[in-house]
Amino acid sequence: MDIKHQKKIDKTVTSLRKKDVTGGKVVTESWEPNLEYAWDNGPAISRYLAELKKGKLIGKRCNKCDRVLLPPRMFCEICWRPTDEWVYVEDTGTVNTFCISHVDWKAGRLNIKGGVRPFTPAVIEIDGASKGMGILHMIDKTNPKNIKMGMRVKAVWKPAEKREGSITDIEYFKPIGKKK
Amino acid sequence: MDKKVAIVGIGTTGFRATTPDVSYRELTYEAATKAYLDAGIEPQEVGAFVATSEDFLEGYSISDEYSPDQLGAVLKSIHTVPGDFIQGLGNGVMLIMSGYADIVVVQGMSKASNMVTKGDLLTFAADPFAWRPLQESPHAIAAMEMNRFLYESGNTIEQCAQVVVKNRRNALLNPRAALGAALELEDVLNADPVAEPLCRLDIAQHADGAVVCVLASQEKVGSLKGNPIWVRDVSWATETNALDSRTWGEAVYMQLAAEKAYRMAGIRTPAKEIDFAELNDEYSYKELQHIEALGLCAWGESGKLSEIGWSERTGEFPVNTAGGCLGCGHLFELDGGQKVLDAVLQLRGQAGELQLKTANTAVAAGWRGVPTTTGAVVVLGN
Ligand SMILES: [Zn+2]
Repeated sequence: MDIKHQKKIDKTVTSLRKKDVTGGKVVTESWEPNLEYAWDNGPAISRYLAELKKGKLIGKRCNKCDRVLLPPRMFCEICWRPTDEWVYVEDTGTVNTFCISHVDWKAGRLNIKGGVRPFTPAVIEIDGASKGMGILHMIDKTNPKNIKMGMRVKAVWKPAEKREGSITDIEYFKPIGKKK
Repeated sequence: MDKKVAIVGIGTTGFRATTPDVSYRELTYEAATKAYLDAGIEPQEVGAFVATSEDFLEGYSISDEYSPDQLGAVLKSIHTVPGDFIQGLGNGVMLIMSGYADIVVVQGMSKASNMVTKGDLLTFAADPFAWRPLQESPHAIAAMEMNRFLYESGNTIEQCAQVVVKNRRNALLNPRAALGAALELEDVLNADPVAEPLCRLDIAQHADGAVVCVLASQEKVGSLKGNPIWVRDVSWATETNALDSRTWGEAVYMQLAAEKAYRMAGIRTPAKEIDFAELNDEYSYKELQHIEALGLCAWGESGKLSEIGWSERTGEFPVNTAGGCLGCGHLFELDGGQKVLDAVLQLRGQAGELQLKTANTAVAAGWRGVPTTTGAVVVLGN
Protein backbone atom coordinates (compact mmCIF):
# COMPACT_ATOMS: atom_id res chain seq x y z
CA MET A 1 0.00 0.00 0.00
CA ASP A 2 1.42 3.39 -0.95
CA ILE A 3 2.01 6.07 1.63
CA LYS A 4 -0.53 8.41 0.08
CA HIS A 5 -3.26 5.85 0.42
CA GLN A 6 -2.22 5.07 4.00
CA LYS A 7 -2.48 8.79 4.87
CA LYS A 8 -5.94 8.90 3.39
CA ILE A 9 -6.98 6.03 5.65
CA ASP A 10 -5.34 7.62 8.69
CA LYS A 11 -7.39 10.75 8.07
CA THR A 12 -10.65 8.84 8.27
CA VAL A 13 -9.65 6.66 11.22
CA THR A 14 -10.21 8.55 14.42
CA SER A 15 -10.20 7.25 17.94
CA LEU A 16 -13.54 7.24 19.70
CA ARG A 17 -14.09 9.94 22.28
CA LYS A 18 -16.56 9.67 25.08
CA LYS A 19 -18.78 12.37 23.62
CA ASP A 20 -19.04 10.45 20.35
CA VAL A 21 -20.66 7.67 22.32
CA THR A 22 -22.80 9.78 24.65
CA GLY A 23 -23.77 12.15 21.83
CA GLY A 24 -25.10 9.32 19.71
CA LYS A 25 -22.48 9.80 17.00
CA VAL A 26 -21.77 6.10 17.04
CA VAL A 27 -24.30 3.37 17.39
CA THR A 28 -24.17 1.58 20.73
CA GLU A 29 -26.17 -1.02 22.57
CA SER A 30 -26.23 -1.27 26.33
CA TRP A 31 -27.80 -3.84 28.57
CA GLU A 32 -28.18 -3.92 32.28
CA PRO A 33 -28.34 -7.55 33.36
CA ASN A 34 -31.05 -8.35 35.89
CA LEU A 35 -29.45 -11.24 37.72
CA GLU A 36 -30.85 -12.00 41.12
CA TYR A 37 -30.10 -15.01 43.29
CA ALA A 38 -31.54 -16.23 46.59
CA TRP A 39 -28.94 -18.69 47.86
CA ASP A 40 -29.94 -21.35 50.35
CA ASN A 41 -27.19 -21.28 52.94
CA GLY A 42 -27.93 -24.61 54.57
CA PRO A 43 -27.79 -25.30 58.32
CA ALA A 44 -24.11 -24.42 58.87
CA ILE A 45 -23.87 -20.99 57.32
CA SER A 46 -27.43 -20.11 58.36
CA ARG A 47 -26.57 -20.74 62.02
CA TYR A 48 -23.24 -18.91 61.62
CA LEU A 49 -25.09 -15.82 60.39
CA ALA A 50 -27.78 -16.11 63.07
CA GLU A 51 -25.07 -16.26 65.77
CA LEU A 52 -23.30 -13.24 64.28
CA LYS A 53 -26.53 -11.35 64.79
CA LYS A 54 -26.34 -12.32 68.47
CA GLY A 55 -22.75 -11.11 68.61
CA LYS A 56 -21.26 -14.61 68.76
CA LEU A 57 -18.98 -16.71 66.61
CA ILE A 58 -19.83 -20.39 66.19
CA GLY A 59 -17.92 -23.24 64.55
CA LYS A 60 -18.46 -26.96 64.18
CA ARG A 61 -16.15 -29.74 65.34
CA CYS A 62 -15.06 -32.80 63.40
CA ASN A 63 -14.45 -35.50 66.00
CA LYS A 64 -12.26 -37.49 63.62
CA CYS A 65 -9.58 -34.91 62.81
CA ASP A 66 -10.47 -32.93 65.95
CA ARG A 67 -10.61 -29.66 64.06
CA VAL A 68 -13.06 -26.89 64.92
CA LEU A 69 -14.14 -25.59 61.53
CA LEU A 70 -14.86 -21.90 61.19
CA PRO A 71 -17.04 -20.87 59.42
CA PRO A 72 -18.93 -24.04 60.35
CA ARG A 73 -19.52 -26.78 57.79
CA MET A 74 -21.95 -29.69 57.78
CA PHE A 75 -19.23 -32.05 56.57
CA CYS A 76 -15.47 -32.30 57.01
CA GLU A 77 -13.88 -31.97 53.59
CA ILE A 78 -10.74 -33.81 54.77
CA CYS A 79 -12.29 -36.74 56.68
CA TRP A 80 -15.31 -36.93 54.34
CA ARG A 81 -17.87 -37.36 57.09
CA PRO A 82 -20.59 -35.21 58.70
CA THR A 83 -19.25 -32.84 61.35
CA ASP A 84 -20.21 -33.17 65.02
CA GLU A 85 -20.92 -30.60 67.77
CA TRP A 86 -21.47 -26.90 67.41
CA VAL A 87 -18.74 -25.01 69.25
CA TYR A 88 -18.77 -21.36 70.28
CA VAL A 89 -15.39 -19.77 69.71
CA GLU A 90 -13.90 -16.49 70.96
CA ASP A 91 -14.05 -13.19 69.14
CA THR A 92 -10.33 -12.74 69.63
CA GLY A 93 -7.55 -14.08 67.47
CA THR A 94 -4.14 -13.82 65.89
CA VAL A 95 -3.21 -12.21 62.57
CA ASN A 96 -2.19 -14.92 60.10
CA THR A 97 -1.59 -12.50 57.26
CA PHE A 98 -2.52 -8.96 56.27
CA CYS A 99 -1.64 -6.20 53.85
CA ILE A 100 -1.81 -2.45 53.50
CA SER A 101 -3.98 -1.78 50.47
CA HIS A 102 -3.84 1.52 48.60
CA VAL A 103 -6.64 0.41 46.31
CA ASP A 104 -10.26 -0.41 47.07
CA TRP A 105 -11.95 -3.68 46.12
CA LYS A 106 -12.64 -2.44 42.61
CA ALA A 107 -8.91 -1.64 42.31
CA GLY A 108 -9.65 2.11 42.40
CA ARG A 109 -6.86 4.14 44.00
CA LEU A 110 -7.56 5.52 47.46
CA ASN A 111 -6.65 9.13 48.17
CA ILE A 112 -3.99 8.21 50.73
CA LYS A 113 -2.19 11.56 50.43
CA GLY A 114 -5.51 13.29 51.00
CA GLY A 115 -5.76 11.56 54.36
CA VAL A 116 -7.74 8.44 53.49
CA ARG A 117 -6.64 5.48 55.59
CA PRO A 118 -5.42 2.50 53.55
CA PHE A 119 -7.54 -0.66 53.76
CA THR A 120 -5.92 -3.25 55.99
CA PRO A 121 -7.54 -6.61 55.27
CA ALA A 122 -6.35 -9.50 57.41
CA VAL A 123 -6.90 -13.21 57.94
CA ILE A 124 -7.45 -13.78 61.63
CA GLU A 125 -7.04 -17.19 63.25
CA ILE A 126 -9.80 -17.25 65.82
CA ASP A 127 -9.17 -18.45 69.39
CA GLY A 128 -10.99 -21.72 69.94
CA ALA A 129 -10.99 -22.69 66.27
CA SER A 130 -8.30 -24.94 64.82
CA LYS A 131 -4.96 -23.60 63.66
CA GLY A 132 -5.45 -22.06 60.24
CA MET A 133 -9.21 -21.64 60.71
CA GLY A 134 -10.45 -18.14 60.92
CA ILE A 135 -12.03 -15.13 59.40
CA LEU A 136 -11.08 -12.90 56.51
CA HIS A 137 -11.91 -9.46 57.83
CA MET A 138 -10.23 -6.12 58.36
CA ILE A 139 -8.24 -4.32 60.99
CA ASP A 140 -8.98 -0.70 61.81
CA LYS A 141 -8.40 2.02 64.40
CA THR A 142 -4.68 1.45 64.45
CA ASN A 143 -1.86 2.83 62.36
CA PRO A 144 -1.41 0.40 59.45
CA LYS A 145 2.33 0.50 60.08
CA ASN A 146 1.79 -1.02 63.52
CA ILE A 147 0.04 -4.16 62.23
CA LYS A 148 2.32 -7.19 62.58
CA MET A 149 2.16 -10.89 61.84
CA GLY A 150 0.97 -12.74 64.92
CA MET A 151 -0.57 -9.63 66.38
CA ARG A 152 -3.44 -10.22 68.82
CA VAL A 153 -6.79 -8.70 67.79
CA LYS A 154 -10.41 -8.59 68.98
CA ALA A 155 -13.67 -8.09 67.12
CA VAL A 156 -15.46 -4.77 67.42
CA TRP A 157 -19.16 -5.51 67.02
CA LYS A 158 -21.90 -3.29 65.75
CA PRO A 159 -24.50 -2.41 68.42
CA ALA A 160 -27.04 -5.25 68.78
CA GLU A 161 -29.88 -3.31 67.20
CA LYS A 162 -27.84 -2.69 64.07
CA ARG A 163 -26.69 -6.29 63.54
CA GLU A 164 -28.41 -8.12 60.72
CA GLY A 165 -26.85 -11.59 60.51
CA SER A 166 -23.89 -10.68 58.33
CA ILE A 167 -20.13 -10.88 58.52
CA THR A 168 -20.25 -7.07 58.66
CA ASP A 169 -21.95 -7.35 62.09
CA ILE A 170 -18.30 -7.29 63.12
CA GLU A 171 -17.20 -3.81 62.11
CA TYR A 172 -13.48 -4.56 62.28
CA PHE A 173 -10.81 -6.12 64.47
CA LYS A 174 -8.70 -3.98 66.78
CA PRO A 175 -5.34 -4.77 68.38
CA ILE A 176 -5.31 -6.04 71.96
CA GLY A 177 -2.55 -7.08 74.35
CA LYS A 178 -0.52 -10.28 74.22
CA LYS A 179 -2.24 -13.62 74.79
CA LYS A 180 -2.08 -14.70 78.44
CA MET B 1 -13.77 -47.60 22.23
CA ASP B 2 -10.46 -49.40 22.68
CA LYS B 3 -10.33 -49.09 26.46
CA LYS B 4 -13.45 -49.90 28.41
CA VAL B 5 -14.92 -47.56 31.02
CA ALA B 6 -17.78 -48.40 33.38
CA ILE B 7 -20.11 -46.49 35.66
CA VAL B 8 -19.46 -48.25 38.97
CA GLY B 9 -21.37 -45.98 41.31
CA ILE B 10 -24.14 -43.40 41.17
CA GLY B 11 -25.84 -41.26 43.79
CA THR B 12 -28.53 -38.61 43.82
CA THR B 13 -30.54 -36.39 46.12
CA GLY B 14 -33.63 -36.82 44.01
CA PHE B 15 -35.32 -33.80 42.46
CA ARG B 16 -37.51 -31.19 44.18
CA ALA B 17 -38.86 -27.75 43.32
CA THR B 18 -37.01 -26.23 46.28
CA THR B 19 -34.31 -27.42 48.67
CA PRO B 20 -34.25 -24.72 51.35
CA ASP B 21 -32.71 -27.08 53.93
CA VAL B 22 -29.37 -27.43 52.16
CA SER B 23 -26.84 -25.28 50.37
CA TYR B 24 -25.42 -26.33 47.00
CA ARG B 25 -22.47 -27.78 48.95
CA GLU B 26 -24.62 -30.09 51.06
CA LEU B 27 -26.74 -31.02 48.05
CA THR B 28 -23.68 -32.32 46.18
CA TYR B 29 -22.23 -33.85 49.37
CA GLU B 30 -25.33 -36.03 49.76
CA ALA B 31 -25.21 -37.28 46.17
CA ALA B 32 -21.43 -37.85 46.38
CA THR B 33 -21.66 -39.79 49.65
CA LYS B 34 -24.28 -42.07 48.11
CA ALA B 35 -22.25 -42.53 44.92
CA TYR B 36 -19.09 -43.50 46.84
CA LEU B 37 -21.05 -45.93 49.02
CA ASP B 38 -22.60 -47.39 45.90
CA ALA B 39 -19.18 -47.90 44.32
CA GLY B 40 -17.60 -49.02 47.58
CA ILE B 41 -14.83 -46.42 47.38
CA GLU B 42 -13.46 -43.56 49.44
CA PRO B 43 -12.83 -40.21 47.73
CA GLN B 44 -9.10 -40.70 48.45
CA GLU B 45 -9.08 -43.45 45.82
CA VAL B 46 -10.36 -41.13 43.10
CA GLY B 47 -7.76 -39.99 40.56
CA ALA B 48 -9.64 -37.03 39.09
CA PHE B 49 -12.94 -35.20 39.38
CA VAL B 50 -15.09 -33.46 36.78
CA ALA B 51 -17.72 -30.96 37.91
CA THR B 52 -20.35 -29.40 35.70
CA SER B 53 -21.44 -25.85 36.41
CA GLU B 54 -22.10 -22.57 34.68
CA ASP B 55 -21.23 -19.35 36.50
CA PHE B 56 -24.40 -17.40 35.74
CA LEU B 57 -26.54 -20.32 36.89
CA GLU B 58 -24.67 -20.54 40.20
CA GLY B 59 -24.50 -16.78 40.70
CA TYR B 60 -20.75 -16.90 41.32
CA SER B 61 -18.03 -16.06 38.88
CA ILE B 62 -15.27 -18.66 38.62
CA SER B 63 -17.74 -21.01 40.34
CA ASP B 64 -15.58 -24.02 39.44
CA GLU B 65 -13.30 -23.08 42.34
CA TYR B 66 -16.18 -23.89 44.71
CA SER B 67 -16.41 -27.52 43.57
CA PRO B 68 -13.76 -29.55 45.47
CA ASP B 69 -14.89 -29.61 49.13
CA GLN B 70 -18.27 -31.27 48.68
CA LEU B 71 -16.78 -34.00 46.46
CA GLY B 72 -13.87 -34.87 48.72
CA ALA B 73 -11.64 -33.44 45.98
CA VAL B 74 -9.51 -31.06 48.04
CA LEU B 75 -5.90 -31.19 46.78
CA LYS B 76 -6.90 -33.45 43.89
CA SER B 77 -7.19 -33.01 40.11
CA ILE B 78 -10.49 -31.36 39.30
CA HIS B 79 -11.83 -29.38 36.39
CA THR B 80 -15.22 -28.03 35.46
CA VAL B 81 -17.14 -28.48 32.26
CA PRO B 82 -19.56 -25.64 31.61
CA GLY B 83 -21.95 -27.89 29.73
CA ASP B 84 -24.36 -30.75 30.15
CA PHE B 85 -23.61 -33.56 32.64
CA ILE B 86 -23.08 -35.98 29.73
CA GLN B 87 -20.35 -33.68 28.38
CA GLY B 88 -18.78 -33.89 31.85
CA LEU B 89 -19.15 -37.67 31.68
CA GLY B 90 -17.33 -37.60 28.33
CA ASN B 91 -14.48 -35.70 29.96
CA GLY B 92 -14.34 -38.31 32.71
CA VAL B 93 -14.21 -41.12 30.13
CA MET B 94 -11.32 -39.37 28.38
CA LEU B 95 -9.38 -39.04 31.64
CA ILE B 96 -9.59 -42.81 32.06
CA MET B 97 -8.94 -43.69 28.42
CA SER B 98 -5.88 -41.47 28.33
CA GLY B 99 -4.48 -43.23 31.37
CA TYR B 100 -4.59 -40.14 33.57
CA ALA B 101 -6.73 -41.85 36.22
CA ASP B 102 -8.33 -45.23 36.95
CA ILE B 103 -11.27 -43.83 38.91
CA VAL B 104 -12.98 -40.57 37.97
CA VAL B 105 -15.94 -38.84 39.58
CA VAL B 106 -18.42 -36.73 37.58
CA GLN B 107 -20.74 -34.27 39.34
CA GLY B 108 -23.76 -32.24 38.31
CA MET B 109 -26.07 -30.06 40.39
CA SER B 110 -29.06 -27.77 39.95
CA LYS B 111 -30.11 -25.05 42.38
CA ALA B 112 -32.70 -23.66 39.99
CA SER B 113 -34.76 -22.46 42.96
CA ASN B 114 -31.98 -20.03 43.87
CA MET B 115 -32.13 -18.27 40.49
CA VAL B 116 -34.68 -15.54 41.04
CA THR B 117 -34.55 -14.01 37.56
CA LYS B 118 -34.40 -17.10 35.37
CA GLY B 119 -35.92 -15.39 32.33
CA ASP B 120 -33.37 -12.58 32.46
CA LEU B 121 -30.58 -15.12 32.88
CA LEU B 122 -31.55 -16.82 29.64
CA THR B 123 -32.16 -13.56 27.78
CA PHE B 124 -28.63 -12.61 28.82
CA ALA B 125 -27.43 -15.58 26.75
CA ALA B 126 -28.71 -13.93 23.55
CA ASP B 127 -26.44 -11.93 21.25
CA PRO B 128 -26.49 -8.31 22.52
CA PHE B 129 -26.85 -6.73 19.07
CA ALA B 130 -28.87 -9.14 17.02
CA TRP B 131 -31.40 -10.60 19.45
CA ARG B 132 -31.26 -9.25 22.97
CA PRO B 133 -32.87 -5.89 22.17
CA LEU B 134 -35.96 -7.79 20.95
CA GLN B 135 -36.38 -9.30 24.44
CA GLU B 136 -37.92 -12.56 23.29
CA SER B 137 -38.93 -14.96 26.03
CA PRO B 138 -36.98 -18.24 26.05
CA HIS B 139 -40.34 -20.00 25.77
CA ALA B 140 -41.07 -18.00 22.61
CA ILE B 141 -37.83 -19.29 21.08
CA ALA B 142 -38.90 -22.83 21.96
CA ALA B 143 -42.39 -22.23 20.57
CA MET B 144 -40.94 -21.14 17.22
CA GLU B 145 -38.87 -24.31 17.13
CA MET B 146 -41.94 -26.40 18.03
CA ASN B 147 -43.96 -24.79 15.24
CA ARG B 148 -41.34 -25.50 12.62
CA PHE B 149 -40.76 -29.03 13.90
CA LEU B 150 -44.48 -29.88 13.78
CA TYR B 151 -44.83 -28.22 10.37
CA GLU B 152 -41.94 -30.18 8.84
CA SER B 153 -42.46 -33.53 10.56
CA GLY B 154 -46.23 -33.70 10.51
CA ASN B 155 -46.38 -34.47 14.22
CA THR B 156 -49.23 -32.77 16.10
CA ILE B 157 -49.89 -30.73 19.24
CA GLU B 158 -52.05 -33.60 20.55
CA GLN B 159 -49.13 -36.00 20.15
CA CYS B 160 -46.93 -33.60 22.13
CA ALA B 161 -49.59 -33.52 24.84
CA GLN B 162 -49.47 -37.33 24.91
CA VAL B 163 -45.78 -37.07 25.87
CA VAL B 164 -46.73 -34.92 28.86
CA VAL B 165 -49.38 -37.41 30.00
CA LYS B 166 -46.92 -40.32 29.74
CA ASN B 167 -43.98 -38.68 31.48
CA ARG B 168 -45.95 -37.18 34.34
CA ARG B 169 -47.55 -40.61 34.93
CA ASN B 170 -44.20 -42.38 34.89
CA ALA B 171 -42.99 -39.89 37.50
CA LEU B 172 -45.81 -40.97 39.83
CA LEU B 173 -43.91 -44.22 40.40
CA ASN B 174 -40.50 -42.54 40.69
CA PRO B 175 -39.61 -41.85 44.34
CA ARG B 176 -36.99 -39.29 43.18
CA ALA B 177 -39.47 -37.23 41.14
CA ALA B 178 -41.69 -34.46 42.46
CA LEU B 179 -43.87 -33.82 39.44
CA GLY B 180 -45.80 -37.03 39.09
CA ALA B 181 -49.40 -36.43 38.05
CA ALA B 182 -52.27 -38.43 36.60
CA LEU B 183 -53.21 -36.03 33.80
CA GLU B 184 -55.56 -36.63 30.92
CA LEU B 185 -54.85 -35.47 27.39
CA GLU B 186 -57.56 -32.80 27.76
CA ASP B 187 -55.85 -31.35 30.84
CA VAL B 188 -52.74 -30.68 28.80
CA LEU B 189 -54.55 -29.38 25.73
CA ASN B 190 -56.70 -27.03 27.83
CA ALA B 191 -53.85 -25.61 29.90
CA ASP B 192 -53.27 -21.89 29.44
CA PRO B 193 -51.08 -20.92 26.49
CA VAL B 194 -47.57 -19.65 27.22
CA ALA B 195 -46.25 -19.10 23.71
CA GLU B 196 -48.52 -20.86 21.25
CA PRO B 197 -48.37 -23.72 20.43
CA LEU B 198 -46.70 -24.25 23.83
CA CYS B 199 -49.00 -24.33 26.83
CA ARG B 200 -48.09 -24.36 30.51
CA LEU B 201 -48.07 -28.16 30.82
CA ASP B 202 -45.81 -28.61 27.78
CA ILE B 203 -43.00 -26.96 29.74
CA ALA B 204 -40.95 -28.77 32.37
CA GLN B 205 -40.91 -27.00 35.74
CA HIS B 206 -37.57 -26.13 37.28
CA ALA B 207 -36.09 -28.38 39.94
CA ASP B 208 -33.14 -28.70 42.31
CA GLY B 209 -31.01 -31.78 42.76
CA ALA B 210 -27.60 -33.38 42.34
CA VAL B 211 -26.19 -36.47 40.67
CA VAL B 212 -22.70 -37.85 41.21
CA CYS B 213 -21.34 -40.71 39.19
CA VAL B 214 -18.18 -42.83 39.67
CA LEU B 215 -16.36 -44.10 36.57
CA ALA B 216 -13.66 -46.76 36.54
CA SER B 217 -11.35 -48.39 34.03
CA GLN B 218 -11.95 -52.02 33.10
CA GLU B 219 -8.89 -53.10 35.11
CA LYS B 220 -10.23 -51.37 38.20
CA VAL B 221 -13.80 -52.67 37.87
CA GLY B 222 -12.79 -56.16 39.00
CA SER B 223 -11.64 -54.94 42.41
CA LEU B 224 -14.78 -52.85 43.04
CA LYS B 225 -17.96 -54.25 44.53
CA GLY B 226 -20.37 -52.48 42.16
CA ASN B 227 -22.61 -53.52 39.37
CA PRO B 228 -20.76 -52.05 36.38
CA ILE B 229 -22.66 -50.37 33.56
CA TRP B 230 -20.41 -49.95 30.54
CA VAL B 231 -20.05 -46.70 28.68
CA ARG B 232 -20.17 -47.93 25.10
CA ASP B 233 -19.57 -44.46 23.78
CA VAL B 234 -20.24 -40.80 24.44
CA SER B 235 -20.39 -37.90 22.03
CA TRP B 236 -21.70 -34.37 21.75
CA ALA B 237 -22.27 -31.71 19.09
CA THR B 238 -23.30 -28.08 18.79
CA GLU B 239 -24.95 -26.39 15.83
CA THR B 240 -24.58 -22.68 15.11
CA ASN B 241 -26.09 -20.64 17.92
CA ALA B 242 -27.51 -18.16 15.38
CA LEU B 243 -31.23 -17.75 15.94
CA ASP B 244 -31.47 -16.26 12.48
CA SER B 245 -30.05 -19.22 10.63
CA ARG B 246 -30.08 -22.37 12.76
CA THR B 247 -32.04 -25.45 11.74
CA TRP B 248 -35.43 -24.90 13.36
CA GLY B 249 -37.17 -28.12 12.41
CA GLU B 250 -34.75 -30.90 13.21
CA ALA B 251 -32.47 -31.31 16.22
CA VAL B 252 -29.39 -31.72 14.00
CA TYR B 253 -27.04 -31.26 16.97
CA MET B 254 -28.53 -34.36 18.60
CA GLN B 255 -28.53 -36.28 15.35
CA LEU B 256 -24.81 -35.66 14.83
CA ALA B 257 -23.95 -36.50 18.43
CA ALA B 258 -25.97 -39.73 18.18
CA GLU B 259 -24.52 -40.80 14.83
CA LYS B 260 -21.00 -40.49 16.18
CA ALA B 261 -21.81 -42.27 19.42
CA TYR B 262 -23.54 -45.13 17.58
CA ARG B 263 -20.69 -45.48 15.11
CA MET B 264 -18.10 -45.78 17.86
CA ALA B 265 -20.35 -48.11 19.87
CA GLY B 266 -20.89 -50.29 16.78
CA ILE B 267 -24.64 -49.71 16.69
CA ARG B 268 -26.16 -49.85 13.20
CA THR B 269 -29.90 -50.03 13.82
CA PRO B 270 -30.48 -48.12 17.06
CA ALA B 271 -34.19 -48.95 17.40
CA LYS B 272 -33.36 -52.67 17.33
CA GLU B 273 -30.10 -52.71 19.26
CA ILE B 274 -31.15 -50.28 21.98
CA ASP B 275 -33.88 -51.23 24.47
CA PHE B 276 -34.96 -47.83 25.80
CA ALA B 277 -34.05 -44.14 25.90
CA GLU B 278 -33.80 -41.44 28.54
CA LEU B 279 -33.72 -38.20 26.59
CA ASN B 280 -34.31 -34.50 26.97
CA ASP B 281 -38.00 -33.54 27.12
CA GLU B 282 -37.68 -30.09 28.62
CA TYR B 283 -40.57 -29.17 26.34
CA SER B 284 -43.03 -31.86 25.25
CA TYR B 285 -42.11 -31.55 21.56
CA LYS B 286 -38.41 -32.01 22.38
CA GLU B 287 -39.08 -35.65 23.28
CA LEU B 288 -40.50 -36.30 19.81
CA GLN B 289 -37.81 -34.20 18.10
CA HIS B 290 -35.05 -35.99 20.03
CA ILE B 291 -36.52 -39.47 19.42
CA GLU B 292 -36.27 -38.75 15.71
CA ALA B 293 -32.82 -37.16 15.96
CA LEU B 294 -31.56 -40.22 17.84
CA GLY B 295 -32.74 -42.38 14.94
CA LEU B 296 -35.10 -44.40 17.13
CA CYS B 297 -37.89 -44.17 14.54
CA ALA B 298 -38.36 -42.69 11.08
CA TRP B 299 -38.67 -38.92 10.61
CA GLY B 300 -42.19 -37.78 11.36
CA GLU B 301 -43.23 -41.06 13.00
CA SER B 302 -42.57 -40.32 16.67
CA GLY B 303 -45.93 -38.67 17.29
CA LYS B 304 -48.01 -41.48 15.83
CA LEU B 305 -45.93 -44.03 17.71
CA SER B 306 -46.43 -42.12 20.96
CA GLU B 307 -50.18 -42.17 20.42
CA ILE B 308 -50.26 -45.97 20.18
CA GLY B 309 -48.16 -46.45 23.32
CA TRP B 310 -44.84 -47.28 21.64
CA SER B 311 -42.87 -45.13 24.13
CA GLU B 312 -44.75 -46.23 27.27
CA ARG B 313 -42.91 -48.39 29.80
CA THR B 314 -44.93 -51.32 28.52
CA GLY B 315 -44.44 -50.27 24.91
CA GLU B 316 -42.09 -51.43 22.22
CA PHE B 317 -39.52 -48.72 22.90
CA PRO B 318 -39.83 -47.08 26.34
CA VAL B 319 -38.78 -43.44 26.54
CA ASN B 320 -38.22 -41.47 29.75
CA THR B 321 -39.25 -44.36 31.94
CA ALA B 322 -38.91 -42.37 35.18
CA GLY B 323 -40.58 -39.18 33.99
CA GLY B 324 -37.85 -37.25 32.19
CA CYS B 325 -37.73 -33.48 32.61
CA LEU B 326 -41.51 -33.20 32.57
CA GLY B 327 -41.74 -35.56 35.54
CA CYS B 328 -38.49 -34.84 37.41
CA GLY B 329 -37.91 -31.22 36.47
CA HIS B 330 -35.83 -28.92 34.30
CA LEU B 331 -32.40 -29.23 35.87
CA PHE B 332 -30.32 -27.01 33.58
CA GLU B 333 -26.84 -28.58 33.15
CA LEU B 334 -27.89 -31.58 35.25
CA ASP B 335 -30.32 -32.65 32.52
CA GLY B 336 -28.06 -35.44 31.26
CA GLY B 337 -27.37 -36.48 34.86
CA GLN B 338 -31.01 -37.33 35.49
CA LYS B 339 -31.06 -39.22 32.16
CA VAL B 340 -27.91 -41.23 32.95
CA LEU B 341 -29.18 -41.97 36.47
CA ASP B 342 -32.45 -43.47 35.26
CA ALA B 343 -30.71 -45.40 32.47
CA VAL B 344 -28.21 -46.88 34.96
CA LEU B 345 -30.95 -47.90 37.42
CA GLN B 346 -32.89 -49.65 34.64
CA LEU B 347 -29.77 -51.40 33.30
CA ARG B 348 -28.93 -52.64 36.79
CA GLY B 349 -32.48 -53.85 37.40
CA GLN B 350 -32.85 -51.37 40.27
CA ALA B 351 -35.66 -49.24 38.87
CA GLY B 352 -38.25 -50.59 41.31
CA GLU B 353 -41.83 -50.27 40.13
CA LEU B 354 -40.56 -48.63 36.95
CA GLN B 355 -38.36 -51.58 36.00
CA LEU B 356 -38.50 -52.66 32.35
CA LYS B 357 -38.48 -56.34 31.43
CA THR B 358 -35.69 -55.91 28.92
CA ALA B 359 -33.01 -53.38 29.74
CA ASN B 360 -29.59 -54.28 28.37
CA THR B 361 -28.69 -51.30 26.21
CA ALA B 362 -29.77 -47.70 26.70
CA VAL B 363 -29.21 -44.34 25.14
CA ALA B 364 -29.22 -41.21 27.34
CA ALA B 365 -29.30 -37.77 25.77
CA GLY B 366 -29.11 -34.28 27.27
CA TRP B 367 -29.79 -30.89 25.74
CA ARG B 368 -28.44 -27.64 27.19
CA GLY B 369 -31.81 -25.92 26.79
CA VAL B 370 -32.90 -22.65 25.22
CA PRO B 371 -31.19 -20.90 23.48
CA THR B 372 -28.51 -23.56 22.90
CA THR B 373 -28.06 -26.10 20.16
CA THR B 374 -25.90 -28.51 22.13
CA GLY B 375 -26.80 -32.14 22.59
CA ALA B 376 -24.83 -34.89 24.32
CA VAL B 377 -25.40 -38.62 23.90
CA VAL B 378 -24.13 -41.64 25.78
CA VAL B 379 -24.76 -45.29 24.98
CA LEU B 380 -24.76 -47.52 28.04
CA GLY B 381 -24.87 -51.30 28.39
CA ASN B 382 -24.89 -53.87 31.19
ZN1 LIG C 1 -12.31 -34.10 59.94
